[in-house]
Amino acid sequence: MNDKLKEKAYEKILLVSAFVSVIIIILIGGFIFKEGLPLINKVGLFEFLLGKEWHPTDGVFGIFPMIVGTFAVTFGALILGVPLGVATAIFLAEFAPPRVSRIVRPAVELLAGIPSVVYGLFGMVIVNQILMTIERTYLANILRPEYQRGYSILSASIILAIMILPTVINISEDAIRSVPREFKEASLALGATEWQTIYKVLIPAASSGIIAAVVLGMGRALGETMAVIMVAGNTVAIPDSIFAPVRTLTGNIAIEMGYAAGDHVKALFATGIVLFIIIMALNTLATVVAKRGVGRS
Amino acid sequence: MKMLTFKKSRPAVLLTIALVAMVAIVGCGGEKAAEKGGEKPAAGTAASGTVKVAGSTSVQPLAEELADAFMDNNPDVTVTVQGGGSSAGVESANTGTAQIGTSSRELKEEEKGYGLTETVVAKDGIAVVVNTANQVSELTMDQVKKIFTGEIKDWSKVGGSKGPITVVVREEGSGTRGAFEEIVLDKDGKLVASAIVQNSTGAVKTAVTKDSNAIGFISLGSVDNTVKAVKVDGVEPSEATVLDGSYKISRPFLFLTKGKINAATKAFIDFVLSEEGQKIVSEQFIKIK
Repeated sequence: MNDKLKEKAYEKILLVSAFVSVIIIILIGGFIFKEGLPLINKVGLFEFLLGKEWHPTDGVFGIFPMIVGTFAVTFGALILGVPLGVATAIFLAEFAPPRVSRIVRPAVELLAGIPSVVYGLFGMVIVNQILMTIERTYLANILRPEYQRGYSILSASIILAIMILPTVINISEDAIRSVPREFKEASLALGATEWQTIYKVLIPAASSGIIAAVVLGMGRALGETMAVIMVAGNTVAIPDSIFAPVRTLTGNIAIEMGYAAGDHVKALFATGIVLFIIIMALNTLATVVAKRGVGRS
Repeated sequence: MKMLTFKKSRPAVLLTIALVAMVAIVGCGGEKAAEKGGEKPAAGTAASGTVKVAGSTSVQPLAEELADAFMDNNPDVTVTVQGGGSSAGVESANTGTAQIGTSSRELKEEEKGYGLTETVVAKDGIAVVVNTANQVSELTMDQVKKIFTGEIKDWSKVGGSKGPITVVVREEGSGTRGAFEEIVLDKDGKLVASAIVQNSTGAVKTAVTKDSNAIGFISLGSVDNTVKAVKVDGVEPSEATVLDGSYKISRPFLFLTKGKINAATKAFIDFVLSEEGQKIVSEQFIKIK
């Protein structure tokens, strides 16, 4: 009896714990919607989403350049980070001798533990500096003067690519490892080489896991704020080159919250709503992809 | 291995948190006691009533801080601070909707006719800074304006060696940006859209330090030897040149009153001009005494 009661109590405690996150997400979501929606209503949804001018202190609120900027740096990060991450995952899962993986694995873990502001500092002082030198020395005649400053989509993408590496590597590696041994053995037995086996059998079999890794990495890149603020230049303009400085949605909120007042604050919350919806959509996508993966294997 | 060290250090972490919490609690208690002790001698100074301060949003944060400090000493007086802008400040002083109107610019000709009493309570100066390697060390006000609006794009146009100018500005809403726009740009002038935006004085300085072609603006008090503050119209930016008005990128913070003022208002203005009040001013701006 007593044990039964205890059992019930523990169950209830766990249930409450599980609901805490649900309540928190509802509270946060409700809060940003409450703060931001009135402004979207005032400005008009299309004006707000597709407006190209952002002069919050003059009452002009258009976040289109920031939406473009967010996706630009995110896709840049995926283009640079995913091949590197998947390659590392294949190496760790298939080739790495224990001695090597003892070095690589902790390094990847450490990469995940570095605070984003440190990535930002590194990007600002090293990556941007190198980019600027390259832009001014070799590309001076090709690029517009405003694009020769280091601050750019490219530098933000490089930094974000490094930041998403741990996510991409860990999840892809798990996916590759979970491909049944028989697949590989059958392929080798049929006379395929090791490499043919990897890219014709293992990767296709692990593809849903790898896609999940990409989507999660994308989420990390979308949400990253501090490091991007420090390297991207934060210019509100629709970029037309990877050397153009950009501002992201997260950056917009973080940069201007400090001194904002009145409608400006509401506009930043409204920016948050857009970001919230994008992230939700992405998470849903990740869940769907992951589910499909489970169903197939 | 990693897990192990983590587990071992957990009690240490808890202990640290407990210690910090304790220090915080004890610390707060101490502060409160000190505050109480401080109130007694000052409480006798005395006026009572309400003082409404309205106007410039640039003056607002400073006025709020001064009001808080003043009310600590004079619990019988309530000072409320509102924004609205310098023009609204002049109007509210003129019409009497506020006891003190504030302005972060000199009065215009027609406003001078209102017969307001102007009290300069602080000065604000903004330095235009460039990389220390930059050969340019002097610009005219017009050149500064043209650089920041994007009309001049290359250092060779203003006497430097050839290179595209990297304009670094603060984010919208920043007081320094507001002041710079107000003083340097025309009414319809806008900071060049392609400018790099940084959200703190430190970040602007770093950006200027890292790029030999960069130019930015920061408040005068933050200038140090990592960047070079340029002369504007031949005048070196410094507290002295801001105070005597010869350095152009500066502005006065004015308290405007009309006619005879009540005791509470007078006490507040006296406090602002006192040593204690000016000390608060000097934290971010240039004190006038």
